Amino acid sequence: MSRKITIKAFKYNPLSKISKPHFNTYELEETSGMTLFVALNQIRENFDPDLSFDFVCRAGICGSCAMLVNGKPQLACRTLTKDYEDGVIELMPLPVFKLIKDLSVNTGEWMAAMNSRVESWIHTTKVTDISKQEEKVDPELAQKTFELDRCIECGICVAACGTAIMRNDFIGAVGLNRIARFRVDPLDERTDEDFYELVGDDSGIFGCMSLLGCEDQCPKHLPLQNQIAFIRRKMASVK
Amino acid sequence: MNIIYSDALIIGGGLAGLRSAVATAEKGNKTIVLSMCPVRRSHSAAAQGGMQASLGNSKMSEGDNEDVHFADTVKGSDWGCDQEVARMFCQTAPKAIRELASWGVPWTRITKGDRSAIINAQKTTITESEEVHGLIHSRDFGGTKKWRTCYTADATGHTMLFGVANRCAQLGVDIRDRKEAIALIHKDGRCYGAIVRDLITGELDAFVARATMIATGGYGRIYKHTTNAVICEGIGAAIALETGVAQLGNMEAVQFHPTPIVPSGILLTEGCRGDGGILRDVDGHRFMPDYEPEKKELASRDVVSRRIMEHIRKGKGVKSPYGEHVWLDISILGREHIEKNLRDVQEICQIFNGIDPADTELDENGIGKGWAPILPMQHYSMGGIKTKPTGESPTLKGLFSSGEAACWDMHGFNRLGGNSVAETVVAGMIVGDYMADFCLENEIDIDTKFIQSFVDKENDYITKLINSDGKYNIFEIKNKMKDIMWEHVAIFRTGEGLEKAVKELEELYKESLNIKISNKERFGNPELEEAYRVPKMLKLALCVAKGALDRTESRGAHYREDYPKRDDANWLKRTLASWKDGDTMPTLTYEPLDIMKMEMPPAFRGYGAKGNIIEHADSAKRQKEVDETKERLKAEGKGRYEIQDALMHYELQPKFKAPNQRVGVGNE
Ligand SMILES: Cc1cc2nc3c(=O)[nH]c(=O)nc-3n(C[C@H](O)[C@H](O)[C@H](O)COP(=O)(O)OP(=O)(O)OC[C@H]3O[C@@H](n4cnc5c(N)ncnc54)[C@H](O)[C@@H]3O)c2cc1C
Ligand code: SF4
Ligand code: FES
Repeated sequence: MSRKITIKAFKYNPLSKISKPHFNTYELEETSGMTLFVALNQIRENFDPDLSFDFVCRAGICGSCAMLVNGKPQLACRTLTKDYEDGVIELMPLPVFKLIKDLSVNTGEWMAAMNSRVESWIHTTKVTDISKQEEKVDPELAQKTFELDRCIECGICVAACGTAIMRNDFIGAVGLNRIARFRVDPLDERTDEDFYELVGDDSGIFGCMSLLGCEDQCPKHLPLQNQIAFIRRKMASVK
Repeated sequence: MNIIYSDALIIGGGLAGLRSAVATAEKGNKTIVLSMCPVRRSHSAAAQGGMQASLGNSKMSEGDNEDVHFADTVKGSDWGCDQEVARMFCQTAPKAIRELASWGVPWTRITKGDRSAIINAQKTTITESEEVHGLIHSRDFGGTKKWRTCYTADATGHTMLFGVANRCAQLGVDIRDRKEAIALIHKDGRCYGAIVRDLITGELDAFVARATMIATGGYGRIYKHTTNAVICEGIGAAIALETGVAQLGNMEAVQFHPTPIVPSGILLTEGCRGDGGILRDVDGHRFMPDYEPEKKELASRDVVSRRIMEHIRKGKGVKSPYGEHVWLDISILGREHIEKNLRDVQEICQIFNGIDPADTELDENGIGKGWAPILPMQHYSMGGIKTKPTGESPTLKGLFSSGEAACWDMHGFNRLGGNSVAETVVAGMIVGDYMADFCLENEIDIDTKFIQSFVDKENDYITKLINSDGKYNIFEIKNKMKDIMWEHVAIFRTGEGLEKAVKELEELYKESLNIKISNKERFGNPELEEAYRVPKMLKLALCVAKGALDRTESRGAHYREDYPKRDDANWLKRTLASWKDGDTMPTLTYEPLDIMKMEMPPAFRGYGAKGNIIEHADSAKRQKEVDETKERLKAEGKGRYEIQDALMHYELQPKFKAPNQRVGVGNE
């Protein structure tokens, strides 16, 4: 059975001299299995060719499409319209990140800064000869590393975080998770002292207020609070 | 006008572009990477199943090596590939994966002892030795003799992409996202960079470089049903075509994947079948063994896709509001396996279709509650920018291409699962390294006035589009193109349908030059973006459709119902497409593949219909030569490397050509 749904989308172009923040309302026919990806594209093609939003994979894999859906940060491509009983869905861009236009925010820039701050690469003194057999890695450690490597940098944990909203230099759960990831990786030779240099302050590990927003919303179900608590214990014992 | 200079300009920040950037940066070249989206969001992130590399570590891959990988790849390509490139690729793939491991890609590793696996729907026990504990694991994929596909659960592309992006960050590669290349700068047969539009501000800049690479991925979005990300529109290939100098190769070779989920088109990885998942029809019957008794669900993709469609045409499809489909059943693998190794697949099924694929219960009609509805859809572009084995365009100097955007040509008319992400990083190493040398050896000898003329041309074009007040709506044109491609240029093709498609697409192309734009902004204007992209996409669509119409044979993924045989006598050649300014149709020419130079002359693939080949006289002749040479050299006690070299010598940088070490056999 099909019904009409109402989508209210935030519209604003900060680079334009005449644009003012407002909501536009669109009514459309719901189809079975409709996601916000499908709905927003229909709106663009049929009602408002000016509406900006970001999708890449439309499959919940790339992390492009996070936005506030009735106030909650989540991946729009994975959001089914049928889950909204009254058929009214309000869309806003993610907070914290720089607004590009309408529902599109610059997570890329933010994440690039985060990656350079945590030096998001393997630190090693070993030189690999790629024609030789690879170094062995304990299968369980490889699996553990993989579990934390699954973050897609969608920014939802940041948008759901009280600290991140208050202080713009906070590294966020995504950054702390990245530290945790390299910490368990047996190939990375950094010590806790080295990690402390990167995040041992209030804009890093000690900024977290343990409100749990990050973990509750993370679409990859990463064990963020556990990891943060663990790193905090480790970092606290460094000094 | 802003001119941004670099040594290496890489357009596209997926696996291929980023790995190439590592290669150019490592040799000291100032390297800029451009991408439409933050690079870690590139389409490469979506690859689930894995990457082929003949490590030969695990029990089921014992005995694997470059030779076996090469044979699989050539057969997979239906003899349409460049065998020298396939050799370069197979030799380098193990090195690529070992390099990625050292950069932190957390490959799934082998655990010693017993584990159970599903092989041919039977539970089997596999025992791994102490010696291989902790080495990189691999799973089974279609069209391969050994279990060769290395993986990180079902998030392989994601972990690879992050690994390579991390390496770029470490090397200080200058990555700029939300930048779209919309034209190439070229003069007298040499490429000097690109005109680039900032997707936030709408500004146009000239990026000028000693060498330019296009690594912009595939063009799946010219089809209505595709597994591809929304940015896979082929703009990179199109701007190369629009130079009128660079050529595209084998554009009609388009792959359809057997198991995207219906209706969203999100892919359920080939790893599902590789790990033992099976296909079922409306009666719950497993039908693949009826068609392909030997390889069953694991025949190559073109074959499985056609068999599914054939079975549906026989009335065995499941009816649904979205048309007919069949079922993919992975519930037989067991919940534990699914929740560890196919977790993303499980999530996709749950979120988009509300089913749990691990559910083994049957409903009252005998249909599994966990079975996923699937239907073949467009998946991969074998065609792309034609390159030499070095990755450089043979006709436009200084233009390189790698990854799915390129027709480097190791895939021919059908690529094997797991060979694509492997290609991206391998090509990144090899082509990236050749490009690095090109940068060291060549100056930028072009004046700014000339660059200005290119910027002006694109600026005028954008202005003209904004002011256009024609008849047609660009979104409608785009959707019509997608429908035509799906209707007539998909899995089964006929002369009649293709003829119609070519005519209608040409008409649409003309309409796309006469559109009306309602939004008059120069930036933050999605309609404008469609307006300049869609005509480019239509050019590609025409290359695909016209190429398919003229190729009166069936090879790999290109299947003509009116010409069901592979015709080596007439069609063992590569299609080359170019586009003359002002034309509404591509110009096609052909480049023959020389059987007498092949290490593996054309033969039966080992799956699909037998006796379906119109043979070329040289095949038997060359086969005889090959057999004799092999025998003679073996008798002389020569090793496999020497024999290979005698059959078909190929050039490759020494660091990549070095023998690969393997457990138990050393360098042999
Ligand atoms: C769902 C799915 C699953 C897959 N699974 C597997 C698998 O398991 N194994 C396997 O081997 N292969 C797999 N493939 C295929 C493989 O993922 C792709 O072929 C490969 O990742 C392509 O990589 P690439 O670097 O060439 O391009 P992409 O990763 O597509 O990157 C293209 C880049 O170009 C940029 N770009 C595009 N146009 C422009 C422009 N005009 N200007 C500037 N930048 C531009 C984009 O922003 C992006 O950064 C899969 C494909 C799909 C669709
Ligand atoms: S940790 Fe989770 S919520 Fe945060 S960016 Fe990564 S995937 Fe998104
Ligand atoms: S579009 Fe990729 S996660 Fe939503």
